[in-house]
Amino acid sequence: MIYLDYQATTPLAPEAREAMLYWLDAGFANPHSPHRPGRAAAAAVAVARDQVAGLLPPGGRVIFTSGATEAINLAIMGRRPRRMAVSAIEHAAVLDTARASGAVVDVLPVSPAGLVAADAPIAPGTDLVAVMQVNNEIGTIQPVAALAERAHAAGALFLCDAVQGAGKIAVPEGADMIALSAHKLYGPKGIGALWVRDGVELAPLIHGGGQEGGLRSGTLSPALCAGFGAAAALCQSLWKSDAGHVENLWKTARDLLPGWALNGDADRRWHGNLNLRQPDLDVARLMSDLRDLAFSAGSACASGSGRPSHVLTALGLSSTQAKSSIRIGFGRYTDPGEFAEALQRIDAAAAAQTSG
Amino acid sequence: MTRPMIYLDHAATAPILPHVREVVAGAMAQWANPSSQHAAGRRARAALEDARARVARALNWPGEVIFTSGATEALALGWHGAQALRRAASSVEHAAVARLAEGGTLIPVDGRGLVDPAALPAADLIAIQQVNNETGVIQSCAPLGEAIRARGAVWLADAAQGAGKIALPDADMVAVAGHKFGAPPGVGALLVRSLGLISPRGGQERGYRPGTENVPSILGLAAALEADRGWLARAADLRAWFEGEMRALGAEIMGEGAERIPTIGAYRLPGVNATAVLIRADMAGVAISSGAACSSGSLKPSPTILAMGRSEAEAREVFRVSIGRDTTQDDLEALLMVLRR
Repeated sequence: MIYLDYQATTPLAPEAREAMLYWLDAGFANPHSPHRPGRAAAAAVAVARDQVAGLLPPGGRVIFTSGATEAINLAIMGRRPRRMAVSAIEHAAVLDTARASGAVVDVLPVSPAGLVAADAPIAPGTDLVAVMQVNNEIGTIQPVAALAERAHAAGALFLCDAVQGAGKIAVPEGADMIALSAHKLYGPKGIGALWVRDGVELAPLIHGGGQEGGLRSGTLSPALCAGFGAAAALCQSLWKSDAGHVENLWKTARDLLPGWALNGDADRRWHGNLNLRQPDLDVARLMSDLRDLAFSAGSACASGSGRPSHVLTALGLSSTQAKSSIRIGFGRYTDPGEFAEALQRIDAAAAAQTSG
Repeated sequence: MTRPMIYLDHAATAPILPHVREVVAGAMAQWANPSSQHAAGRRARAALEDARARVARALNWPGEVIFTSGATEALALGWHGAQALRRAASSVEHAAVARLAEGGTLIPVDGRGLVDPAALPAADLIAIQQVNNETGVIQSCAPLGEAIRARGAVWLADAAQGAGKIALPDADMVAVAGHKFGAPPGVGALLVRSLGLISPRGGQERGYRPGTENVPSILGLAAALEADRGWLARAADLRAWFEGEMRALGAEIMGEGAERIPTIGAYRLPGVNATAVLIRADMAGVAISSGAACSSGSLKPSPTILAMGRSEAEAREVFRVSIGRDTTQDDLEALLMVLRR
């Protein structure tokens, strides 16, 4: 199987797996227990928190959650916004939570290239703006620093879903809250984090034992924290070589697939994401012809729903165009030879559809 | 750690079972997103759904299983998801429920920590735990279930300390925590008799819990629930012996007279502050606690012990000893040596 779905989830780094094993074994104690084994587990959590903080700006705190979805829920529900502005291409975690929050929700449109305008107007009375750093379906990099400034000028806070960018590109500047997911940066599933700038007040979403400064109750998993921390530390040391590797793969892909239209901007984009379309491509047939290639027909969360992707339709694509798009995601562990072979097979299988 | 620790704090978290560790470590190689449509994603989905069926079977649960990050989240999901105007909770709930229930009706308990099934308040949602996390007291679940059903209310039961050890209560919604029975922390489940009892929020878990599923830990949860439970009879014998020794030391057993799970006991040595006991035990390499791990850093006396009619001074003298599958008489003897000094 050749794995080409790095936006859905990334392979677990061997270093992250290794870091977890001790905490699944002798170091199992509850990090909230004051006895010695509990304190050892708490120390592991503290180290992991610092490692994750290394990916984030100074002047804030890292709150561990069960994943980015919960982090985003905490950020939005915890602020109790009255009026929000969100980009049209946010992940469902932001869009659904914004609607569920009861706030008036203004949608910031995107250009046909999948970019929010850096000077998008923020309505008066808006108290929370959420724009993602890197889109999960098309990889476009949003002008978050400029949008954060606009949000602040309007008196609003700025939340950035940095799930797809964290550990790969520089941290978003100017955000007040940043959501991360471990399993998108080669860490384990089941853990994420919300970074909160000092001074930003939040109400908790999950009450109970009062862990994470009262903002997120529930026993922390030392193993998941250690895996997240190790993965974050690895990203910090490897981000340049990871980016160089991805850039080479991107060039290969652009050379090998000239007959495909690219969804989303080519330059202001994380180059580990290829979202491509061909007229009248039957994606379901393509996937069943290529069962040993793991690529996606849209974002993993929306795929299977039968609805055309809200991201692709926001670019102005027709429902037919959106449904004839595929997403190929790659990264640190993608083998260049396998990658080229996979792309050639995808190209050949698509060509066979139109000729047959 | 400098020397081996004698671990008598299984109610805070239990060691991860060796076969579960193998399952979780092995499943980390199977890291695809179970929502992905490709073959790797479908394999992860199949493993996830298989785990769901195995969890239901191991717990003899006839309803639905929604995986969460733990019992705290499961309880919040059940509490917030229920369509109920009037809400009530017992006065001995874990903080995960007690915090949710602030402002609702508090159901009193007797001196043993038991709710009287004949004295339930009028409510649409009633949260009563199965096993108390500090005293091990098991509520009278069968009569409680009948009484709650008779009022047409929904019963949300925190079974974090009972699940995987004793039969589940006959409740409408049950919360379980993996790390209390040998699965890793970071995974749990809300069991619901039918999905109609709670409102969907969109996303994964059939729309009841958004977020990519933590498949390795979920597989670990299923494997831990399938482990044999023969050790509980042994634990009961061990505890009976231990409590004989404790009585000889002048200790009072909290909740004595009520049915209690063999794995958890709370003890009071009159005139001896529990914090002092904890520190002495910790220095001797014995890990025990003074109530719930999450609140053990706080200086407030345990609400559970207060609800049982004890004074604040008495509550500060209560410590918890919780044993597990591998606990030996020598382990408990080491604690007794500390207490006899």
